[in-house]
Amino acid sequence: MTHPTRAALLAEYRKLVSTRIWWLLLVVMVGYLAFVGAAVSASFAFVPEGVEAPLVGEDAARATYSLVNGVGYVFPLVIGSLAMTTEFRHKTITQSLLVEPDRTRFLLAKLLSVVPIGLAAGVVGQLATVAGGAPLLAAQGDGAFLGDGDVIVGLLLGVVVVALWAVIGVAVGSVLSNHVAAIVVILAFTQFVEPIVRVGLGQVDALAGAAAYLPGGAADSLIGASFLGGTGTVDLLPRWAAVLVLLGYAAGLAVLGRLTTLRRDVG
Amino acid sequence: MSAPVLAIEGLTKQFGAVRAVDDLTFTVRPGAVTGFLGPNGAGKTTTLRMLLGLTRPTGGRALVGDREYAAHPRPGRVVGAALEASSFHPGRTGLGHLEVFAPQVGVSRARCRQVLEAVGLDHAASQRVGRYSLGMRQRLGLATALLADPPVIVLDEPTNGLDPEGIVWIRRLLRQFAAEGRTVLVSSHLLREVEASVDEVVVIAQGRLRHASSLAELRTRATPAAYVVAPRPDVLATLATDRGWTTTADGDGLVVDGATAAEVGAAAHTAGIELHELVRRDVDLEALFFELTRPEANR
Repeated sequence: MTHPTRAALLAEYRKLVSTRIWWLLLVVMVGYLAFVGAAVSASFAFVPEGVEAPLVGEDAARATYSLVNGVGYVFPLVIGSLAMTTEFRHKTITQSLLVEPDRTRFLLAKLLSVVPIGLAAGVVGQLATVAGGAPLLAAQGDGAFLGDGDVIVGLLLGVVVVALWAVIGVAVGSVLSNHVAAIVVILAFTQFVEPIVRVGLGQVDALAGAAAYLPGGAADSLIGASFLGGTGTVDLLPRWAAVLVLLGYAAGLAVLGRLTTLRRDVG
Repeated sequence: MSAPVLAIEGLTKQFGAVRAVDDLTFTVRPGAVTGFLGPNGAGKTTTLRMLLGLTRPTGGRALVGDREYAAHPRPGRVVGAALEASSFHPGRTGLGHLEVFAPQVGVSRARCRQVLEAVGLDHAASQRVGRYSLGMRQRLGLATALLADPPVIVLDEPTNGLDPEGIVWIRRLLRQFAAEGRTVLVSSHLLREVEASVDEVVVIAQGRLRHASSLAELRTRATPAAYVVAPRPDVLATLATDRGWTTTADGDGLVVDGATAAEVGAAAHTAGIELHELVRRDVDLEALFFELTRPEANR
């Protein structure tokens, strides 16, 4: 007989892949990132005469490829949150807790089970961003820099970042078990609140460092680039610190979810 | 099969000002089907949810064998439960639903197919559950409960949404489970629905235990009665009084309480009394059940 934790992981994984929503979201993610990648690379490649380019050379390439995080992170967050909120929406939480009454193990299995899909989303998302951004950088700009070691590390870490977002998404779903609430909060935070706060903090010298501790800032730090600006203009954390900050968000939210949603009576 | 006993011991659940389950105590023995009966809102589902570790009791405890449900290392292998006909992901197929929960109850994918076939859903295995009828969902819920071939089976209102054929099928299945020595607990808000398949009855209302006994014992509480029309009702009334039965006039005839129609017929025949009509008018189980579950204030 398989160990309960392994069985729980397998069950959670099967829950994900037996529904269609995650790959529908991946399809949208690919289209969106390819488009945004092309648009942002165009802003670097086609700079009017007499205007200083916002970013040049390798910085422009890395900033473009980091869009998989800066713009794309909403997708793995939504996929991860749905893995949890779907249980409450369709009341499958009852059956899930019948076969695994240990709610901590249930939550841990759920958090880990999204890693494979998160990595898959990271790979296709990163490929889409490069496919959208690289051609213009190569043809009109300073080059795509796809053979450059730092750029390759950034691309690979972009994949890891997307997987981490999926895990954080599960944790968000464990706090906001209503799927509508979770999605609204994720959209508002990623598309509106965090970008504004990051830019705002960046304008104040004393607070500029704080922006890197926001989830999106920490993820940009892990990649080592941000589409909000080049190295030097945006404060980024060291990579090890960035990983800890991201895992901290996942752990903090998961503990909160365990103590609220998953402490309550089910039914 | 040596199946565990279910023991509900002083179980209580308070929801705000409402005491949904109030100091409930009863046991469910193996080798029998126990009907857990009460009107809607009596606290049946809350009791089952506490038994299955989904809801935390305010007081008391519920044991499956020697420990609480959640304390079993693999509870899904000990108790198979079907609680709600609606708790499926509509986008998953019937087979996909079973395969999701198979690892945690330690069964293979082949077993999922086998169980689906056993509940008559093999034709709909690869159909999305969103397209299932209520009856099909009930069958899928039952299939989920039966995945691990568990010694204890707990079903909440399993006949809801089933067609008459399905109800007969469930009855036969419940009898078979009991014959195999399993512990079977089935809730229903209608005694009539489960009358043909239960051995034991536990009746609750307003969260409290109202009655627990074998169905046979409950039946003895039902009083026989007959309605008789005779050309000489006065002679018949005298006969009834002599036998210790009571009579009340009802339209053209008499209602004789305490005797079956057969007893009244035989007595009248022996005494040479002419009868024009003889009809059973027993206080049946359903009426008795209704009496047992009446709100306390009206009793």
